[in-house]
Amino acid sequence: MENAITGDLAQMGAMIGAGLATIGMGGAAVGVGNVVASYLSGALRNPAAAGGQTATMFIGIAFAEALGIFSFLVALLLMFAQ
Amino acid sequence: MAENAVEEAVAGGAKLNVYPMKQFEVTPLFGEGPIHWYTPTNVTLWLGIAIVAIVLLMVLTTRKRAVVPGRGQSIAEVLYSFVRSMVVDITGEAGLKYFPYIMTLFLLILFTNVLSILPYSYTVMSQIAVTGALALAVFISVTVIGFVKNGPGFLKIFWISEAPMALRPVLAIVELISYFVRPVSHSIRLAGNMMAGHAVIKVFAGFAAVLAAYTPLGLGLLAPIGGIMAVIGLEMLVVVIQAYVFTILTCVYLNDALHPGH
Repeated sequence: MENAITGDLAQMGAMIGAGLATIGMGGAAVGVGNVVASYLSGALRNPAAAGGQTATMFIGIAFAEALGIFSFLVALLLMFAQ
Repeated sequence: MAENAVEEAVAGGAKLNVYPMKQFEVTPLFGEGPIHWYTPTNVTLWLGIAIVAIVLLMVLTTRKRAVVPGRGQSIAEVLYSFVRSMVVDITGEAGLKYFPYIMTLFLLILFTNVLSILPYSYTVMSQIAVTGALALAVFISVTVIGFVKNGPGFLKIFWISEAPMALRPVLAIVELISYFVRPVSHSIRLAGNMMAGHAVIKVFAGFAAVLAAYTPLGLGLLAPIGGIMAVIGLEMLVVVIQAYVFTILTCVYLNDALHPGH
């Protein structure tokens, strides 16, 4: 009986933790938005130089996004890897 | 009337039964049983389909070598020149020696990803085992290339000569950690993106089943189906961008190995 209760509690804690972990994706969203916004404001000031920096923008997006994906991964681990 | 429909639906067991992660299960193609390294699974099936598609596109269409390319040949040429200019832009002419490897990586990831958009297909790149193997291969080969090309001078990428002397040991530790985290982030970025996007499609599909049961004439079905189509449109973009990002990061790492002094 007691084991069932602690098991339920652990399950509940894991679900709450998974929900909390997804907050990290908001940070990734801010980061990616920041990268693209800076790229656009730079590109509109000097459109001639914009084309050469697209690759750099995508690298920046990838680095910022990876951390959001990590939080998604933590959420998945909490929900399924028990 | 509507209340009856709801009661019937509840009695029929229509509730939010969504298993978005079920599509990522590795199952053997023939029969049941444990999966060994040689067992043909849905992963190997879709990897094989992707490889056949690549060979069809790159070999059959370019066989005639027409001066004025047809549809297939121009697609092959666009892919080739796209990856080639990416390699030259980032690593310079020295990186062209490794162009076949980078082109292979790009085509494999692009084709498995685009095929994964098809209904009932399998998302090969959602398996961390697959992307991890690719990222580890990149990591090991880049490290070996760096030491072969530069000898011990390759360690200069950890010793940043622009920084003030007092900061350099601290930065060296940070750089060392970030160097060894590379294969982790490289593989999890691709697998996580694929997994998240395709799970969202399945979650919307679960909404469709419930709304079809709870609305008159099943008209509520239309909203989630519109959502599914929008997400698939977004996924078409994401799968191509992720293939591009994986390849471009490989180029960046390769550039570090070829020119460690920045």
